[in-house]
Amino acid sequence: MTEALRLEGVHKSFGRLQVLRGIDLVLDVHEVVCLIGASGSGKSTLLRCVNLLESIDAGRIIVSGHEVTNARVDVNAVRRSIGIVFQAFNLFPHMTVLGNVTLAPRRALGLSKDRAEAEGLELLARFGLADKRDEYPDRLSGGQQQRVAIVRALAMRPSLMLLDEVTSALDPELVAEVLGVIRELAEGGMTMLIATHEMAFARDIAHRVCFLDAGVILEQGPADRMLTNPREERTQRFLQRFIEAGRL
Amino acid sequence: MDHEQGARPTDPAVAAAGSRRSRILGGSGDTRSVAIAVTSTLVFLGAVVAVTVTSPGWPAVRDAFFDGAIFSDTFPEIAEAFLLNIRIFLIAEAFILVFALFIAVLRSLPGPVFFPIRAIAIGYTDVFRGIPTILVIYILGFGAPALQLSGVPISPLFWGVVALVLVYSAYVAEVYRAGIESVHPSQEAAARSLGLSRSQSLRFVVLPQAVRRVVPPLLNDFIGLQKDSALVALIGPVEAFRQSQIEESASFNFTPYLATALLFVLATIPLARFTDWLIARDRRRQLAGRVT
Amino acid sequence: MRRLALIAAFFLLAGLAAGCGGGGGDDNDAAATTTQTSCAKDQLELVSSGTLTIGTGNPEFSPWYEGGTPNGSTFEVNDPATGKGYESAVAYALARKLGFSKEEVQWKAVSFNQTFKPGPKDFDFAMQQISYNPQRAKAVDFSESYYEVNQALVALSDKPIASATTIADLKDAKLGAVVGTTNYDYVVDNIKPSKKPSVYDTLSDNVAALKNGQIDGLVTDFPTAYYIANVQLSNAKLVGRFPTVGTQEHFGLTFEKGNPLVGCVNKAFAALKQDGTLDRLEQQWITSKAHAPLIQQ
Repeated sequence: MTEALRLEGVHKSFGRLQVLRGIDLVLDVHEVVCLIGASGSGKSTLLRCVNLLESIDAGRIIVSGHEVTNARVDVNAVRRSIGIVFQAFNLFPHMTVLGNVTLAPRRALGLSKDRAEAEGLELLARFGLADKRDEYPDRLSGGQQQRVAIVRALAMRPSLMLLDEVTSALDPELVAEVLGVIRELAEGGMTMLIATHEMAFARDIAHRVCFLDAGVILEQGPADRMLTNPREERTQRFLQRFIEAGRL
Repeated sequence: MDHEQGARPTDPAVAAAGSRRSRILGGSGDTRSVAIAVTSTLVFLGAVVAVTVTSPGWPAVRDAFFDGAIFSDTFPEIAEAFLLNIRIFLIAEAFILVFALFIAVLRSLPGPVFFPIRAIAIGYTDVFRGIPTILVIYILGFGAPALQLSGVPISPLFWGVVALVLVYSAYVAEVYRAGIESVHPSQEAAARSLGLSRSQSLRFVVLPQAVRRVVPPLLNDFIGLQKDSALVALIGPVEAFRQSQIEESASFNFTPYLATALLFVLATIPLARFTDWLIARDRRRQLAGRVT
Repeated sequence: MRRLALIAAFFLLAGLAAGCGGGGGDDNDAAATTTQTSCAKDQLELVSSGTLTIGTGNPEFSPWYEGGTPNGSTFEVNDPATGKGYESAVAYALARKLGFSKEEVQWKAVSFNQTFKPGPKDFDFAMQQISYNPQRAKAVDFSESYYEVNQALVALSDKPIASATTIADLKDAKLGAVVGTTNYDYVVDNIKPSKKPSVYDTLSDNVAALKNGQIDGLVTDFPTAYYIANVQLSNAKLVGRFPTVGTQEHFGLTFEKGNPLVGCVNKAFAALKQDGTLDRLEQQWITSKAHAPLIQQ
């Protein structure tokens, strides 16, 4: 099985607002794909549809060869195999860092407390957060919280990671540490679909970049080519703003 | 453990005033403000007391409500009867905390298939918030035992507590519901996207946060419950209010009622301060993890 | 903030509107402290001139009041204006002696507490099986006795307490009485059971508790106990009468403190006793119907 994710003709509307108008996308295992596009272009919605937080109106989503969009599928099982990290971290404020990381492995995967904690600590150590294990989220910086959120998702040993603008809410000086984590994951071979504004970073780690515009993937291609020499005029205009801001 | 950002003096209003003063006038604004506050309070209280005791009606009021001899005579029995009130509301509080949560969860079950359950929960809260507590106590306290069904207890204390639990659970269920709805949906989204089931995310993520948030209104309802424990007297048990009624009808003096009032107030103070402490302790934690 | 002010204003106005509905009661002048020299009907100081206003309970029961409730009555169970029942009969006999016709007697429902608490009254006297005791006599004026009363015990027939013959048999019983009554005092001062008695606001509540088995026995005055055991409940028994402890308990009419009417009423009672009316009425309504064993000390 080389395909980690396949989207075919995915449509999604919220009321009368059509957000996704026919998305076709394939991710191979170990591939890192970045989604770029203006706010409101549907990046977040797309990610949320993949992990079934939103239901789609038409089309199919196939994860590791299993179609997840038919009615009989076990939604929780699908979500256990896909990790998602949000822009707003969404850590559980009433639990410690270790508690956040071990909750789902213990309750959804059924791991024993000791095993979950051992694995959780290992992950936390890998990303330099071991000393924060007993802290509550409110005592961590934004960058630390987002890294914990990533670890929390990784603790479920997903086969696919979805990252939704995970650095957009961070102070600039904290962005680097989070990007560092993502880079490590990519280098470790994690299949990832990343919605991002960080163009330089995208060029660095993505195999492929997709430009989402008005609900469809207007253009996609190898990261280097897409970001330096896009074919579509709208893509060029979109990227122009980043170039002018010195961020590409 | 409290890690406040910077020193936080005991009275925020005084501190605010003090620090404002220091910024404007310079000098030790804090100490001066405290001294002024204390002095003005004493002067004010002194004035109120002076006006009261020199008013023409005061002797009659004092004799009718503040008779020291009657107070010390009747206080021991009233205090002993108050133990019954304490028992009633402690037992009721324990059941209400659990039962009301159950109702609130029932109310939040999603989807059309659970509509009958939601409807029952809504009906329950409507009915028991609508009927006056005193009526519920009468109907259950005298009515339920009158059915003479085997296995149905006849003890008025039992039915009094049941009535209080039914009534207050209706209010507290709504408080829980408000708490559940106040937890940002992104929390449930995060939990669900980790693969936790709906009931798991409710149990481990939403409810713990919801319950912490609604501690003040919850304890507010419980203070009301503590006072309503007196209503159980209607169906027979002699608790503090009834005991003071008995004393009053023997002496025609209202001082016993004052003794009872004092006991009730003293009982609510610990709960009120505990509430304040809980609010302060949990407030910080609620701020982290919120959607920015 | 403005919305909050509007809501608060709404409640305030609603509350004021509700309060302004009823008119105030009559302002009762403080009764004169001089004794009434003349008991002529037109010289009596009455709450409502030309009318004798009597306060009693609602509902009231046999044997004190009987005859049911005719149409339009504001009383439940028994209307005191029927003239039937011991108290009603005595009241009308008294009224006649004072010179009032039947139509000139008005009955007013008052709570039991009001009949012996200090303060101005909106009735001329109250008649509601009110026992004389020195404490109450400090707050209101009592007339002479119109009935000598003993306490009695009612129990459900199938309970062990139903066969009690001495007060010692009642030591472990759960008894019930109405708050602020001499019945309650008798339980606490003379019977002294090991369990605190249950206390109720009204006799009806007390009877309901007895029916439910929530109390073992109910203590009230003897004629009322008889009525409860033999008429009101089907499975209850009048276990017995209690002995008098100390002075004989009696019922009196209660008057606002200093009301000169007391003197005239006492004169009338003396006359009714002398000519045997009180005895006759007692025979008619009470004694002939009620017998019970004595519960020994």
